[in-house]
Parts: sequence; C-alpha cells; structure tokens
Amino acid sequence: MEKIFQKLSFSSASLVFVILLGIFITLFVAAKPAIDTFGLGFITNPDWNKEVTLETPTTTSEVEVIEEDVSDDDDAMIADEDDMMLEDEDDMMLDDEDDETLTKTIYGGLVPIVGTLLTTIIALAFALPIAMGIAVFLAEIAPKNISNIVGIAIELLAAIPSIIFGMWGLYYFAPIVSDLFGGYQVSLLTAGLVLGVMILPFMAAITRDSMNTTPNVLKESAYALGATKFEVIKDIIFPYSKVGIIGSIILALGRALGETMAVAFLIGSIFVLPQKITDPTISIPVAMANNFGEASGLGESALFYLALILFVISFAIISLAKFYFLKKAK
Amino acid sequence: MRLLVNKIFLALSIFSALIGLAFLAWILITLFLKGLSSFHFSLFLNDLVDGGLRNLIIGQFILAGLASAIGIPLGMAAGIYIQEYGQGRYAAAIRDLSDIMMSAPSIVIGAFVYAIIVVPMGGTSGYAGAVALAIMMIPVVINTTDSMLSLVPRELREAGIALGASKYKVIIDIVIKAAKVGIMTGILLAFARIIGETAPLLFTSETSNYFSLDLTESFPSLTVSIYDLANEPEESSRDLAWAASFILTVLVLIINLSGRFITRNKK
Repeated sequence: MEKIFQKLSFSSASLVFVILLGIFITLFVAAKPAIDTFGLGFITNPDWNKEVTLETPTTTSEVEVIEEDVSDDDDAMIADEDDMMLEDEDDMMLDDEDDETLTKTIYGGLVPIVGTLLTTIIALAFALPIAMGIAVFLAEIAPKNISNIVGIAIELLAAIPSIIFGMWGLYYFAPIVSDLFGGYQVSLLTAGLVLGVMILPFMAAITRDSMNTTPNVLKESAYALGATKFEVIKDIIFPYSKVGIIGSIILALGRALGETMAVAFLIGSIFVLPQKITDPTISIPVAMANNFGEASGLGESALFYLALILFVISFAIISLAKFYFLKKAK
Repeated sequence: MRLLVNKIFLALSIFSALIGLAFLAWILITLFLKGLSSFHFSLFLNDLVDGGLRNLIIGQFILAGLASAIGIPLGMAAGIYIQEYGQGRYAAAIRDLSDIMMSAPSIVIGAFVYAIIVVPMGGTSGYAGAVALAIMMIPVVINTTDSMLSLVPRELREAGIALGASKYKVIIDIVIKAAKVGIMTGILLAFARIIGETAPLLFTSETSNYFSLDLTESFPSLTVSIYDLANEPEESSRDLAWAASFILTVLVLIINLSGRFITRNKK
C-alpha cells in the first residue's frame, strides 16, 4: 500500500514533466510541415495568405477587403473565386475548399509576432506605473483594514474572466480610447490598454508581496533618521525588493504574451502590419483562436508553428523570471 | 521640497489605487447594468437554440467539474510527492516546471489538446475540453498543495510515525487533514479560474446550441458561446452575451470570495 501510494504520487509529479515535454514535441511535430516549408524565414515574412473568410470577432468590414489585398497576384483569381463561393456556403464546406488552394499559399508569421510583442509592450507601459502605485499604496500607505479591502478588490479584478475584459473593452473602453487618440476602435492601442488593465492586478499583487518582505527594522531605522515615506520607499524598499519586482514584471509580461480572449475582441484580427499605434493588426493567440477551426494542411501547421514560437518565448521568459529573479528574491 | 516630493508621490500612489478600483467598478457596473437588463429567469430554463442559457451553464459546469475530477487528484498527488516524498533535485525541478506550466499560454494548451485528442478522435468533444481545463488546473493545485503541506509542522508527522503509522497513513490522516482548509481554498480558486476560461476550449470542446450530456461530441460551453454571441451582429445575441457574461462573472466571483471566506474564518 505504502509503495503504491508513493508510486502514484511520483507518477503524478512526473506527469508535469511529461505534459510540458509533450506540448513541446506535439507542437513541433504539428508545425514540422510549416517549418520545413518556410524555415526560419517564417518569422520575418509578413504575408499570411488565406482564402477562407475569417470568423472575425469585430464588426469591422475592412477585414475582407484587406484580406484580398494581401493575396499574392498569382492567387488573386483563386482567392476571389473562393470568397465568392464561400459566401454562399456554410461552414461544412469551408474545409473542403481549403484543401484545394492551400498548396499555393504562403504563410508568414511576422504580423502576429509583431502584434503580440507590441500589444504586450503597450500593456506593460500602461500597467507598470499604476501597478507600482497600487503596490506602494497597499504595502506602505494604506491603513491595515483599507489595505485589506482594496487588496481583495484588486484580486477580484484579477479573477474576472478574460472574455469579460474583451467585451467590456470592445463596447465601453475602446470608443473612449478612439475618441481620445483617434483611429479605429479596434487597434493595437485599445488591445494593449485592455491587456494592461488585465495584468494590472496580477502585477500589483506580486509587487506588493515582494515589498512586504522588506524587514521592518530597515524601514524603521530610516524613519528614525528623518526620512520621508517617499525616501524610505525609494531608498530602502525598492532596492531591497528590486529583484522580486522585476520578477513580477516579467511574469506579468509572460501572461500578457499569451492572453487570447481580451485581445481577440480588440485587436481587429487582420494580417496587416500596423503603421500607427491605432491601426488594427493581429497577435499569435488571436490568429490561432480565429483561424484554427477552419485551417487544415499547411495553414494549420503554420498556426502550430506560431503556437510553438509563442510557447518557446513564454517558456523562456517565465524561466528567466522564476530561476533568475524570483529565486534571488527568496 | 522633500516634503512636497513626498506629498506628490503619496498622492500619485493613492491615485493609482483609485484607478485600479475605478476599472473594477466600471467593469462590474457595466456588467450589472447590461447583464441585468437582459437577464430573465427563463434564461435558466431554455437552451441556447430557444434563446436561453441553460445548456451552456450546465455544460460549463460539467466541463469544469470533469476537469477538477482529473486535475485535483493528480495535482494533489504531485504536490504530496514534491513536499513529502521527493528529495533533492527532481522534486525541485518538478516544482519549477509546474510553475512554468501555470503560466503557459492557455491557447497553446488548447492547441496541444487539439493535436493529441481532437485530431485522433476526429472531432471536438467534451472530453477534449475537460482535459484542456485539467491541464490548466493541475499546476495550480500542485502549487497550493505544495505550499499548504509545507506549513504543516514537522512534529505532527513525527508524532504519527512514532505511533507506528506508515508514511502514507501519516500523510492521508494527519498531514492532509491539517492542511485541508488551505488546500480547499486553493482548489476553489483554481476552479473559479478554469470555469471562466475560454481560450483552451475554443477548438477542443467548442460549443453547442443544444442540451447535451454526450461528452464525445461538441459540448456546450458558456464562455465559448459568449465569444460567438458577442460577435454576432444582432442586438439580441449581444444582449444574451451580456446576460451570460453577467452570470459567469457572478459565479466566478462567488466561488472566489467563498474560497477567501473559508480561509478568513479559519484564522
């Protein structure tokens, strides 16, 4: 009995390893055709040709138009025919139509990769100062009971499902942002900002926790020397918890990279490189969310290629945060 | 001057806390206003084909429940291994890997399950959706179990072993019992997290307009349907999406808060 129990718990633990390895291998195998066809040039190729009309989440009518623009000249005829046919047909037929034209299609990952990185950067730029402010407020400024209540409220914000952020963002937040900054309601900027709101509580909570590890003795000695609160925070708490804070930023970054639903509503979902910050584009998770169902053959493989890139990036980033920064913080 | 800088800094900090709270309030108020205006009790009685949400809510619970049935035992067993049996490098490595897995993009997990279950089975299914959610849940449960067990005092374990109990008896009857409340809280929070997930379900379980208990077919999912409904041009679909979002958020927040409440009472 003892042996069985020990074996069971050992195999469950090993399952973690197996799953992670499994994800990597599966993605690699599924992406193999695309990797063989496009190689590493995939990463720098901005063309993503797809004849199938996407199930776009937004009300933008540009999507179809721009998609046709993107098509190569050789494919233009086929693409047009295809679009016309597809309009009359239902979902079941989509897959069949797909296979005929896929062999002539080129897939490149540049647009979603750039979209993912840019939304993440915008989100971080927006969330970072506010999250730091909240963390300072919770850890140092607010009285205990207020800090508890606000802390719970911030954590509730983190508990709200991401799809809710997406809907709220699209219908209530995006109009305001586009009034302020111009441009489309679905754009890099709105997607990045909503993503920022999403990672805000996460970042604030971890930062607060690392700030709380500062020994009271240090703070008290500084106060005793006549330091103001600002000076204590700047010169004592920040240096002390710096590594932990950087770790929390990187973890939030990892989360922002992989976020799908909030961004899916807001980024516009078109495979076009953005010229301005208010242009619509697409990110890796959104490209997967919108195209996976209809994709087959090389198209599907290209999506797996994107998934593999995303997985490797986020794996690297999270490992960096875990092994380097957060380890040190402990 | 120093005092002025201090004042400005404190004001900025309070201001950012207010911004955070404002976003929470804005989202919740929007949800309540939009959700309640299209909320009706018949939503719980009809399926999506008839303009209700019954099949979706039940479906979402079944998916999350099944995921818990897979994820909780595995996660707890793994957590027990790390804390009680594992020594040295391997256990530490598993702990780190589990942390990494916790932050893995959910859509990638969806793609993984798509490749290993949906493709071989020839179509989307409730099982695939539940497995995807379980994979999301396992690392969270591991993390909770691990940290809660580490809080159990060593003396308890030693007392058990001194009485002649075997190690697994000590773990099951003493250590787990002592850490029960903490683990429960963690599991509730994990459940609240996966029940609101959309991305891993998009191409694993998909969704269905009809009531279904058949896990081998596309399975009704509240979150995936919200995504579909919100993108439809008709006002009525979007209203339904708002009502569904409202119900989902209320559910998630209740589960989340009750998890916190349990710990609070314990203290």
